[in-house]
Parts: sequence; structure tokens; C-alpha cells
Amino acid sequence: MFRSVLGKTLGFVGYTVTYGCFAHCAFEYIGEFVLCSGPSMEPTIVNHDIVFSERMSPRLCKIQKGDIIIAKSPSNPNINICKRVIGLEGDKVCTSSPSDLLKAHTYVPNGHVWLEGDNLKNSTDSRIYGPIPYALIRGRICLKLWPLHSFGSLSERPT
Amino acid sequence: MAQQAWRKIRMLVSGIIVGVSVLTTAIDRLASVTLVTGRSMQPSLNPEGGSNCDVVLLNKWSVRNYEVQRGDVVTVMSPKNPQDEIIKRVIGLEGDLIRTLGYKNRLVRVPDGHFWLEGDHHGSSMDSNSYGPVSVGLLQSRASHIIWPPNRLQRIAASLPPNRGPLDDEEEEG
Repeated sequence: MFRSVLGKTLGFVGYTVTYGCFAHCAFEYIGEFVLCSGPSMEPTIVNHDIVFSERMSPRLCKIQKGDIIIAKSPSNPNINICKRVIGLEGDKVCTSSPSDLLKAHTYVPNGHVWLEGDNLKNSTDSRIYGPIPYALIRGRICLKLWPLHSFGSLSERPT
Repeated sequence: MAQQAWRKIRMLVSGIIVGVSVLTTAIDRLASVTLVTGRSMQPSLNPEGGSNCDVVLLNKWSVRNYEVQRGDVVTVMSPKNPQDEIIKRVIGLEGDLIRTLGYKNRLVRVPDGHFWLEGDHHGSSMDSNSYGPVSVGLLQSRASHIIWPPNRLQRIAASLPPNRGPLDDEEEEG
């Protein structure tokens, strides 16, 4: 009796560990579902949209200009940010807000990217905290899942 | 007969899949080992230089909430090259005032979500003195033990080098 209970418990623990490890590998190397919040990516992604972010492109250094990415916030590692890549290392980017008359430019340093939200008026991004290290990027958003009427791949940056 | 062989192959494949995923998770979440190259952490690591490289045990579980102390030896992804992992000592945490060694400002207040990293060998280390405070999000692990060569088997203690570390706020005014 005791032995069978012990065996069942061990089996249950084993299954839990195995599936936990499967889940870790899937989320870490394939992709994850993300619930977006905040206004900074409107109108491409609005509050409470659910998107799928794949993890392989950042690992293989395949991030390109124009991709929408999930990254760790440089000022708080427990918060994720969702922005569009505007410049890669070596690119010249505009640091001033669109309404400024004088344009200020800077170059993105090695190993960094320049991020901006699509909602330029209401976005905390590289224009405030500067370029962020490439290694903070967690995933590239490749698919929008919810709401259903806008299901599909994501649009280019609105002009 | 064929059915039995088929069953064996299936068991082997599922065993490999489970093993690889458990191992990957353990390496990502719990601990791993790595070879330290370069002179930037002399004399704590690689004291002889040359080809005698130390192997260190990296504790990943203890930094899962990004909690480190001043003096810990940690590995971070290099801010200059996303493929590189670098090993340095934490000198200051967020909010600390640091007297820099050759950075563009003489005193630096470490911003939120960042820390100040330095190699122990100031002459030959690319660290915060060249690229400024490093974002805590780049943190990968804490180096806890030297495990190879066997005569150097030891725990790596958290210790700040003499005359390094955060300044008191009174010193700033003085």
C-alpha cells in the first residue's frame, strides 16, 4: 500500500518535472504568447492584444530594421517592453521628437539597437533612455492572435 | 519482432527528447560550468595567465530575480557584442555613487536597473569604465565556485577590491 502510494507520487513528480522542462524549452527556444498592454505601439498593437513572439531570430542575430520586438526594459529587468526596431548598430537615427524644428542625430553604438514605439507622441523609448543592448531583446513578434478580426502578421509601420 | 524493434526505437527517441529538454532546462535555470578566458579578472581568476584557464561553476538559480550583492563575480551578456558573455565583479548597484577609473565622468551615479561592473585587473579589462553602467537585464549568472584546476578548488567570495566600491554621500559633498 505504502509502496504504491510512493510510486505514484514519484511518477507524478517525474511527469511534472518532464512537462515543466518541455514548457521551458518551448518558451525559451520556440516562442511564447504575450498579452500586450499600454498605448506605445498604437495603432499596430492596441491594449490587451495577444501576440505570438518567436525566440529564434534574436538568438541567431536575425533582427532587422522594422521588426517589432519584445525586450527587457533597460531600467527594470522584470518589465518587458514592446517596440519597433528603428536602427541597428552603426545606423544614424533621429533623436528629436517629430514636432521639433531642429533635428538631432546620433549613431547607434556597436551591439545596440534603437527602439521606438509606433505611437510617437505617447511612447517611452530610445528617444528617452537611448540605445539598448541587443542582448536585452527576448523575441520578435511575428503573429497577432487576438482580436480575431485582425488575426495575421503585423503591418508595416504606419506613416 | 518488427513491432518490438519499433517499440524500442520509440522509447529511445522519447528518452533522448526528455533527456535533452531536462538538461537544457537545468543548464538554463540552475547551473552550468564555463571556461574563463582572458586576463581581466586576475588575480581572482586565471592568476597565471597563459593557457591555464580556470573553470568556474555558474549559479543561475540565485540570480533568477536579478538579486546580486556588491562584490559578487557575475557573468553578463556583453553590451558591445550580443554573442559574448563576460565575467566581471559588481562594484556598485543602482543608486550608488562610483568614482570611475578613466570613464568620461569622474563620478557616476548608477541609474535605476543598472549596475557598475569592473574586472579585477584594471589595466586590461573592458568594463563599465569603458562602456558605462550595465543594464541588470543582461545578467546571466553568478560565478560561485572555481572547480578546475583541482588545486584551486574554492568558493568565490563576494569581496570588493581595496578602495573600490560606492562612495558615501558625505564624501560627495566634501
